[in-house]
Amino acid sequence: MAFSGFSDNTTPQQQRNLPRISGSEAVIRSFLAEGVDTIFGYPGGAIIPVYDALYDYREQINHILVRHEQCALHAAQGYARATGKTGVCIVTSGPGATNTVTGLADAMLDSTPVVLISGQVASSTLGTDAFQEINFIEITNSVTKWNCQVKRAEDIPEAIAKAFYIASSGRPGPVVIDITKDAQNGLMNFDYKPMKFIRSYIPHHNINNDQILEAARLINLSRKPMALIGQGVILGGAEQELKEFLEKSGIPAAATLLGLSALPSDHPQYVGMLGMHGNYAPNIKNRDCDLLIAIGMRFDDRVTGDPSQFGINAKIIHMEIDPAEVNKLVYADVPVLGDVKKTLPMLTEKVTKNDHSAWLDEFRVCYNIEREDVIEPAIEPRGAHLRMGEVVDAVAKEFDDAILVTDVGQQQMFASRYFRFKRSRSIITSGGLGTMGFGLPAAIGAKIGAPERDVCLFVGDGGLQMTSQELGTIYQSQVGVKIVLMNNGYLGMVRQWQELFYDRRYSFTELTNPDFELLAKANRIPYRLVEHHEDLADAVKQMHQTEGAFLLEVRVEKEENVFPMVPAGQPVHNIRLE
Amino acid sequence: MEKEFIITVFSENKVGLLSQITTVFTHRNVNIESLTASESAIEGIHKYTIFVKNDEEKVTNLVKQIEKKIDVLKVFCYSPSEVVLQQVALYKVQRGRNVEDLVRRHNVRILDIHDDFIVLEKTGHKQEINELYQMLSPYGLYQFVCSGPVAIIKSRRELLDEYLDYVKEYQKNLE
Repeated sequence: MAFSGFSDNTTPQQQRNLPRISGSEAVIRSFLAEGVDTIFGYPGGAIIPVYDALYDYREQINHILVRHEQCALHAAQGYARATGKTGVCIVTSGPGATNTVTGLADAMLDSTPVVLISGQVASSTLGTDAFQEINFIEITNSVTKWNCQVKRAEDIPEAIAKAFYIASSGRPGPVVIDITKDAQNGLMNFDYKPMKFIRSYIPHHNINNDQILEAARLINLSRKPMALIGQGVILGGAEQELKEFLEKSGIPAAATLLGLSALPSDHPQYVGMLGMHGNYAPNIKNRDCDLLIAIGMRFDDRVTGDPSQFGINAKIIHMEIDPAEVNKLVYADVPVLGDVKKTLPMLTEKVTKNDHSAWLDEFRVCYNIEREDVIEPAIEPRGAHLRMGEVVDAVAKEFDDAILVTDVGQQQMFASRYFRFKRSRSIITSGGLGTMGFGLPAAIGAKIGAPERDVCLFVGDGGLQMTSQELGTIYQSQVGVKIVLMNNGYLGMVRQWQELFYDRRYSFTELTNPDFELLAKANRIPYRLVEHHEDLADAVKQMHQTEGAFLLEVRVEKEENVFPMVPAGQPVHNIRLE
Repeated sequence: MEKEFIITVFSENKVGLLSQITTVFTHRNVNIESLTASESAIEGIHKYTIFVKNDEEKVTNLVKQIEKKIDVLKVFCYSPSEVVLQQVALYKVQRGRNVEDLVRRHNVRILDIHDDFIVLEKTGHKQEINELYQMLSPYGLYQFVCSGPVAIIKSRRELLDEYLDYVKEYQKNLE
């Protein structure tokens, strides 16, 4: 690693005036310089020196002791996505480090800023298969935005400064700094300078005005445009800029799973969620559009179905910060490179004020079809059993303006479909990687990051058991997460595919579950079971009124399917209502 | 349609970067025909020359993915006609009159002479190297080794310099 080494640029006189501290303390003081107030972590042999330094800074930094390193990452992701700040984790070498790989991969695919400090064996023993040694840099190459190993105490501040800069700028992502034990123990003269520039990494290129003009020209000509809102709007903090663009142009707007809440759910131009289990209107209308304006989204296959058929009659404007996403899956007639926070206002200025109300009405017609065929039966079911849609609806009614956290699977889709969002940063879910077990630790991180807001987690019986050890974290750190367990005794989403595409051969998707009441009680978390429609509202109210964490177990219909559905690999206009 | 491309990558001199670059290829199931790594003409900047055969769209995306690596400064992609290419090959061959004829006709250098074999060096394009290989084969070729191509662009200025100028301007605007 070639560091510019600012500590070497100082004069001997300056060196003497700098505080001489250990590399470990330098880690903590670098965090403080970056404004870090919360760390999610798990100690171990190769990181003990950093934990020892942290002991003196307990008043300034809140350390959350998770129960598994994967969950340190997911909690940091939840924290980052609720706050907009960079999530921070500390783990030890070897198994501590390898346990984080799923979390890093999740953060990589969902562009979440996270900095992970991993301990490493002493540099003299590197490469000898020492106890708890693993080549973590090699392992994390494809699941990090950047990584580096630090072997000298004096290189720590610059490495951490670089880590925070890279993790949070441009298209955000996870960064790993692997610090050998001798570097943690070594002494150095501490001086911290935040990173502002790396010559091989330019996160914001100049905006090309011709692209803006061409995009505006297409928008002004278009009769049937649709805007596709991605997480880029939230990451760029461009919610207001988006609103101004939409309200001037009059264009209907749909959101990706991660783009939800960038625009309030009740905005008159909001036409629903895109994707495999998204709303009927934005999928079925895809074929009719003559222009798609993708705003900070990456054409994930769960959004596009068959990419060659996506927007088949439309020109495509792709507003994107990451040049590598342009033309990766869907050809962009007009790419607009740059942060949407900057490009949207430039575009708004050039578009003419327009009214697409007749076109918007077409979406409303589709919505009414979906309302009658799918939504009403889901949220007001006639059958004996509770259904997931009505549970989400009941929680959304009781909790005004909560942060929705989901696990992965059917409850994720029901929750994202039927929850209502008032403000940005109100959904935290594993989109790209689809990590079961993400929900509980992410909800912990979200609640710690935004203690003033209610955090409602929807999780299945399968997903909860993947990371249920974190109920212990909730107890120890007194994290007031409201957990809604949708228990159907199945790995529901896989079971749905087996029903629809594998001739009902339910191969290993049925779960014989533990007693979740005992699990809650073991962790001293208040609990209630709901099995009937008439008890639902009261139980949700009790959950709301109970201080702190709550586990609400809802026994739902065992074999319910999520609809609408775009069969995998098919054009999105092939969306099925049943 | 599959075509030949020469990808040149300029990067910081960082341990492990080569593996990051090759991961981009394996991740997308693209075979590397050859790869050479060395220091560039600019101090502290490394250069990789990578030869691939694939369709243009895939290679364009690949180039962007490599450039996304934080420690990569800039990536350029050329067709063979845009660069001057050269490879070097070494042949260990049995001594004999016919071999000496070939040496004269093919502009081959003799690097080492032993009682029963000689070591020859041929620089040129892959095709010339292969042709000589075919011709030497009947006379007892003991060993053969060939490098991947190195490439130099036909335009006068190194394009990386333009990037470095741009970066300097960018940094100035930050201050």
